[in-house]
Amino acid sequence: MLATRALHLIGKRALSTSVCLRGGHGVAKVEDYTLPAYFDRRENPLPDIKYVQDLSAEQKSLKEKEKGSWAALSNEEKIALYRISFKESFAEMNQGTGEWKSVVAGMLFFIGFTGLVVAWQRKYVYGDVPHTFDPEYKQKELQRMLDMRINPIEGFTAKWDYENNTWKK
Amino acid sequence: MSLPKPVMRGLLAKRLRFHLPIAFTLSLIVAAAFKFTVTEPRKQAYADFYKQYDAMKEFNAMREAGIFESVRPSGE
Repeated sequence: MLATRALHLIGKRALSTSVCLRGGHGVAKVEDYTLPAYFDRRENPLPDIKYVQDLSAEQKSLKEKEKGSWAALSNEEKIALYRISFKESFAEMNQGTGEWKSVVAGMLFFIGFTGLVVAWQRKYVYGDVPHTFDPEYKQKELQRMLDMRINPIEGFTAKWDYENNTWKK
Repeated sequence: MSLPKPVMRGLLAKRLRFHLPIAFTLSLIVAAAFKFTVTEPRKQAYADFYKQYDAMKEFNAMREAGIFESVRPSGE
């Protein structure tokens, strides 16, 4: 106990001498982001610091009253004390924002725009389709499939009537 | 504010006891439904097709249509 007290004095002196040696530039400036901060987070329910740091006179007197019996506090005072310590209640911080509507609207807009781009591309960029897409060629393909008896049990030619040369009713 | 202590154990077992019988019955129903709406009619369709199937007749019809390379139509 005495030793720590003595060391404390030495340390103070050492600090002041080192600052003087460095011409007064020794102590680093404390940045804001290094200090404990207040966050409204569902997964971290008790933040490191209270929300209101500088209490008004009214709030200071309320804090004094809080040191007594809590049953003596009215409901408004309890709420005021809560609001000193916290910014938003859990219900307030968890409520939805409706941002999803903007997201869906943006998605649909860009999908529609992409549709226009694709249509323009089809008209102005791509060349002709191969000759195998001509109706006459397609008809010859169909006839060949019927001749080959493609899927005659449950599939393609099962639906063709070979006696009357037409599709089955 | 004295709330009752919530249930801490056996949560998975409770959920399984509820959901597993339902899962098994639904799976069995789906399997049975598939069997009787898909596989049985398909087996019947194949059986009916081959009951009246004349392979040579079909072959000659295909040959006349000219799709084979090993046998040309009888006219050529």
